[in-house]
Amino acid sequence: MKIVALAAAGLLAAGAWAQDTAKEIQRYREMIAEGSPAELFELDGETLWKKPQGPRNVSLEKCDLGRGPGVLKGAYAGLPRYFEDADRVMDLETRLLYCMTTLQGRTREEAVAHPFGSADKPSEMESLSAYIAAQSKGMRLEPGLLHPKEKQSFELGRAIFFQRTGAWDFSCASCHGQEGVRIRMQDLPVLDKPQFARPVMASWPAYRVSTSQFVTLQWRMNDCFRQMRTPEPTFGSETTAALIHFLTVTAQGETYNGPGIKR
Amino acid sequence: MPGPMKMRASLGQGFTDVRVLMTHPMETGQRKDSEGKIVPMHFIQNLTVKVNGRPVIEAQTSQAISRNPVFTFRLKGGAKGDKIEVSWLDNHGESNRTEAAIA
Amino acid sequence: MNSIRRALVAAFVLTLVRPLAALAAWNKEAFSAKTAGDALKSLGIGNPQPSKDLTVEVPEIAENGAVVPIEISSAIPGTTALIVVIDKNPFPLISRFDFKEGALPFVKLNAKLGETSDVRVLAEAGGKYYVTTREVKVTIGGCGG
Repeated sequence: MKIVALAAAGLLAAGAWAQDTAKEIQRYREMIAEGSPAELFELDGETLWKKPQGPRNVSLEKCDLGRGPGVLKGAYAGLPRYFEDADRVMDLETRLLYCMTTLQGRTREEAVAHPFGSADKPSEMESLSAYIAAQSKGMRLEPGLLHPKEKQSFELGRAIFFQRTGAWDFSCASCHGQEGVRIRMQDLPVLDKPQFARPVMASWPAYRVSTSQFVTLQWRMNDCFRQMRTPEPTFGSETTAALIHFLTVTAQGETYNGPGIKR
Repeated sequence: MPGPMKMRASLGQGFTDVRVLMTHPMETGQRKDSEGKIVPMHFIQNLTVKVNGRPVIEAQTSQAISRNPVFTFRLKGGAKGDKIEVSWLDNHGESNRTEAAIA
Repeated sequence: MNSIRRALVAAFVLTLVRPLAALAAWNKEAFSAKTAGDALKSLGIGNPQPSKDLTVEVPEIAENGAVVPIEISSAIPGTTALIVVIDKNPFPLISRFDFKEGALPFVKLNAKLGETSDVRVLAEAGGKYYVTTREVKVTIGGCGG
């Protein structure tokens, strides 16, 4: 009897400790959010948006991100969505790549030679994402879902989310499909459930303090595949756009408050 | 060429909140680069906050301040239009500064 | 008259020529100290008194030691300086802020902590030193989202 009581007390204490830990981690996240270096990347992004580049020597200022050429306010909150000129669903970075090649005349190879930067050298995509995402702060996430190709993309994203593959036979759901699991100190959010997906999608792209890097959703998709020991997806591929689309739809309606700051 | 620096000075309750973000690697001299070589120390050592040209805060900092530092200071009182300037100097002799009027 | 004018001119020229670096002092000895005790000794700080009026806000747990936010506010009358020491860091003294007329003794900064450590904050007021200490636990992170 005594052993059971002790064990029960131990479990209760452990539960309380886990809750306290979660509260303290939340406090850490709130404290670092007040003053995020993400704003520095936004400034860089603004410069890049306006910088003439490529053989055509034009800036990206006429790029249509879904609200009309050059309209940035609310554009991020409306992505991913279907684009008629490309005849496919695109997320922000895929669309930026499209504008770099069609507007600026740059080659795909050159534009995504280094899609993911480092602490010393952020990539163009990262800075541009910071700048453009910031223009949707305070707006509701409303990715496209009416067009048949948008519906297809959502379904494809969901299928991939649950598809087990690769050397470890992992799917996204292996880590992000059940409540109450974590890797070391980080709780793993269940991303196919709106209540958990919403706060996550409202904070990407983000500044990552552990690497001083600004990280984007294309980076996150790529890195998750790498961590699952699955071949890394092509930048701006149908797979990555579909996954980002699925996640954003799951989080739809949430007020976007990024760019965020993370561990 | 130092990276971007950004500052926001806003009126609070009887004080002015000054938040400044700086781009700086703040290298400790203990990190190795991708080729295994030590990245030499490179960090901001001095910060000065001026109000309408007069220094009100002088700071000395070490390499243990986080990369891409963010500081928040508070000034007594303050009025819209007051000019705030924040400048830094690092151990390589490089410097940067930014100015903003209290909004 | 002549010598005074010459001295004034010399002083004026010296001010123009003196590089920015020479104007900014950086206490190399104190910043190079390898223990908190040595750093404080170097700053001439003997027996700082604990003070409830020196508020230090830190997260109890930092997900990553690369960025640990520290918010300091002193209600001790006549505070002219705030000093931050991270006991377990290889070089514990991490910053010193001197406040002149027009500035409040307040600062929020982000520090690097190599491991779980006490964060020791000192305030200088009226020639005396006061101290508040807080512990921050530093964790290793997970795969990161």
